Amino acid sequence: MDYRTPLAKVRGLGSAKTGTFHWWMQRITAAALIPLSFWLITFLDLSLNAPYQQTVEWLVAPVNTVCITAWILAAFYHAALGLQVVIEDYIAAEGIKIVAVWTVNLSFLLLALTALIAVFRTLLIG
Amino acid sequence: MAEFTLPKNSVLTEGKTFKAPAGTKNIRRFEVYRWDPESGENPRIDIYELDKDNCGTMVLDAILKIKNEIDSTLTFRRSCREGVCGSCAMAINGKNTLACTKAIDSYSGTIKIFPLPHMQVIKDLVPDMTHFFAQYASIKPWIETQTPPPADTERLQSKEDRAKLDGLYDCILCACCSTSCPSYWWNSERYLGPAVLLQAYRWLVDSRDENTGERLDDLEDPFKLYRCHTIMNCTDTCPKDLNPAKAIAETKKLLVQRKLG
Repeated sequence: MDYRTPLAKVRGLGSAKTGTFHWWMQRITAAALIPLSFWLITFLDLSLNAPYQQTVEWLVAPVNTVCITAWILAAFYHAALGLQVVIEDYIAAEGIKIVAVWTVNLSFLLLALTALIAVFRTLLIG
Repeated sequence: MAEFTLPKNSVLTEGKTFKAPAGTKNIRRFEVYRWDPESGENPRIDIYELDKDNCGTMVLDAILKIKNEIDSTLTFRRSCREGVCGSCAMAINGKNTLACTKAIDSYSGTIKIFPLPHMQVIKDLVPDMTHFFAQYASIKPWIETQTPPPADTERLQSKEDRAKLDGLYDCILCACCSTSCPSYWWNSERYLGPAVLLQAYRWLVDSRDENTGERLDDLEDPFKLYRCHTIMNCTDTCPKDLNPAKAIAETKKLLVQRKLG
């Protein structure tokens, strides 16, 4: 028998006083990805159709290096933020939820690092 | 995990059919969710055929006619019968609304009447609103001030500031919006839901209230507030044509404004 009052259950552990940053960053990265993804189309077009050397030379131009770095950071950050929300929505068991959120966050961190290192290796080595 | 299938004891069965008397010209068919906690049986759908020529205009009139003339065991809430009290909120043909302000003629064919979705059912069309009203109490729906009231007047408010409460104070807490929200279905233990968040915003923008910061502190939570993903079922279903989704968006804007300056 649970003798806690309905109000005690609702108030629970109180407010976490976070969430705004998470929500705001999801919007910021979404907005940033609109122009960056248009840029990405040009890049994908080159990498699929142009010779390798030409693509690398194109990527070495500072504006393109900045764009691909920004795309990788924004896309993986946005994906991690979004998937965390999905997990919180649908997984109720506290333990599984925490493990799932951190698995996702660390996986995307690893993926972003891998992508960045691949880009810089390509740029430096050619 | 969130549950996507009904538990065994919630699966619907076929119920009784109450035919219209022979010779009835204008028949309207109503399928109504029935569940009696004392019977130990699964919920069932009872079918009632009503003589539309001898029935009031609204869906609530039909339900009252069933209760008065056909089947007195049907249980539901109603009070004002004019869209002010919010008691007769139910899911009619799959959309939450007030039975008293929804005309029978606004639907064609069979009218299916269910209790508000994803709530514990007490009996038939009566959901348990305890948690919902506890959530309402938790946002402190009253004015909070440090300044004592003026000695000989009310706490005054400009016409412009009063206008900010339009579309907010009109909420009758019928819970149509909250119970139409999937986020509220999956996470109502922690997510406050559109109705309560609209009420919270009503006190955030009240120019007479002095506790805006503390109210924002209490709302700033990944679950209490940020389970809202702006799918706008709330605004779509509101029988009073209010916009809870906008109130929630404005609350999020206040929180960002507070952080960014």
